[in-house]
Amino acid sequence: MIETQELTRRYDKAAVVDAVSLQLPEQAFTAIIGANGAGKSTFLAMVSRLMPASAGRAFVDGLDVATTSGDVLARRLAILRQDSAVTARVTVRDLVAFGRYPHSRGRLTAEDRAQIEDALDFLELAPLADRFLDEISGGQRQRAFVAMVLAQDTDHLLLDEPLNNLDMRHAAGMMKLLRRAVDERGRTVVAVLHDINFASCYADHIVAMRDGRVIAEGPPEVIVTPSVLEAVYGIAMEVVSVRGYRSVHYYR
Amino acid sequence: MSSAAAVNAAGAALLALATASMLVGVGDLSTEILLASRIPRTLALLLAGAGLAVAGVLMQLVAQNRFVEPSTAGTAQSASLGMLAVTILAPDAPVVVKMLCAAIAALVGTLLFLRVLKAIPLRSTLTVPLVGIVLGGIIWAAATFLAYRYDLMQMLASWSTGDFSTVLRGRYEVLWIALALTIVAYVAADRFTIAGLGRDSAVGLGLDYRRVVGLALTIVALVTAATVVTVGTIPFLGLVAPNIVSLIVGDNLRRSLPLVAGLGAGLMLACDLLGRLVPYPFEIPVGTVMGVAGGGLFLYLLLRRDARLG
Ligand SMILES: Nc1ncnc2c1ncn2[C@@H]1O[C@H](COP(=O)(O)OP(=O)(O)OP(=O)(O)O)[C@@H](O)[C@H]1O
Ligand SMILES: [Mg+2]
Repeated sequence: MIETQELTRRYDKAAVVDAVSLQLPEQAFTAIIGANGAGKSTFLAMVSRLMPASAGRAFVDGLDVATTSGDVLARRLAILRQDSAVTARVTVRDLVAFGRYPHSRGRLTAEDRAQIEDALDFLELAPLADRFLDEISGGQRQRAFVAMVLAQDTDHLLLDEPLNNLDMRHAAGMMKLLRRAVDERGRTVVAVLHDINFASCYADHIVAMRDGRVIAEGPPEVIVTPSVLEAVYGIAMEVVSVRGYRSVHYYR
Repeated sequence: MSSAAAVNAAGAALLALATASMLVGVGDLSTEILLASRIPRTLALLLAGAGLAVAGVLMQLVAQNRFVEPSTAGTAQSASLGMLAVTILAPDAPVVVKMLCAAIAALVGTLLFLRVLKAIPLRSTLTVPLVGIVLGGIIWAAATFLAYRYDLMQMLASWSTGDFSTVLRGRYEVLWIALALTIVAYVAADRFTIAGLGRDSAVGLGLDYRRVVGLALTIVALVTAATVVTVGTIPFLGLVAPNIVSLIVGDNLRRSLPLVAGLGAGLMLACDLLGRLVPYPFEIPVGTVMGVAGGGLFLYLLLRRDARLG
């Protein structure tokens, strides 16, 4: 269970996340949407204790992230950052293996190794497993980091723009994979998405942010409407229904 | 070549260098000379080389930059300053106490370096070592001023250029601490590699990032201080050895740390031998040889790396 109470982050005086109180649904796929600078990454970073809150609190399974020890949280919650640049030169398999660190502390069991190979297979990385991170493409690197997060095998997955750098095939594949994590393994997935149509087709719940506040939340039927989306993004949107899913047109 | 064969070959090369180091020198080879001077010198070279290379790689993981090492981050200069201060204030303190004071100064200097780095908003790969070199220069200037005032210029000079010609039994044993710390680094290798993935990834994986960084910097400070007080500053070694190993096997320390330590020891022995053989029967200090050879290698790696990583 992920819950926040008046969660706030200020720089100088300006609040970039402004007293956000949310209860995210368990074992469901939540998409966070909003314009650049709306505060999505900051919100996720505070919930995943990567950034301290200026005020308010965040809880994972009832544990206050500000006071719970890091390794306890690492077994309950995994986080993918928006840009995961690394200077260390490690192989894809090594990176994914580090996802097991919270459980194995560096001593990999057969079970750990199986999970690592599974995660590599899930993200179609097996042929690249022994390459160094600086020897693969941006999209492949993104998938390697997602594989690490999956290998962490936590109940909660927080992903900041998991579709970054992915082509259409891998973007759709990623969404299907996250959906399966929810449906087949009962995970709670929270992902920041810029592609509203993916959010509409795959999410159970959408949280819309603007200027550090949550201005709307609910299932896609409620959020993916011209009036809500225009309030979120400030441009005209046309919503059509295709095969039972709402699809948004805003290209010109 | 399989990796086991590579490790064996590297081990053999190291052994050959160490043997050569024990045989080369002015005067006949007697048991007494061997025990009092040649073996201590060779051991000191091995210990300092391995320790400095490991300190270099830890520094690079913490600063998230491939081009920093104790001599380009203010660490070595701070150690000299600390050593100078304790020499002035407590000239009769035992060498271990002096070394600990130097280590504390080295730690403070390194933290200052990281602090300054944090304050620089947009930093490129190259500004990081430049900041370190400038900071080191300032600290060194302060040390020079102090040494001048207290008439200790000669002592300061002996810490600034690494030289093993005066290593004798009874005068180098502090360096064993470098081996102990290398072993500590190996035990904590996974934690250090994860820290090298960046703060966010490390915290996300449940690591106590501050503690791991603190441990790494403590190791760096102690190794630097131990080498500075016994044999002086040796530039570039902590840069060259980790970068070469990284190109070949990457940065997973569980795998690379033994190679980093071995290569550091080997390069140190090789440079010292070169300095003893070329001007025979005279000697060029290893710090000078390393300054030229290591500096050249560093430039080469810099150009090569930068072309690739941008
Ligand atoms: N260090 C900082 N100092 C001041 N303001 C900052 C700082 N970091 C971020 N901000 C501001 O905080 C706001 C929220 O940033 P955040 O990264 O959370 O946005 P986001 O919704 O994730 O945007 P994007 O879609 O572009 O990723 C932005 O307006 C940004 O300019
Ligand atoms: Mg963002």
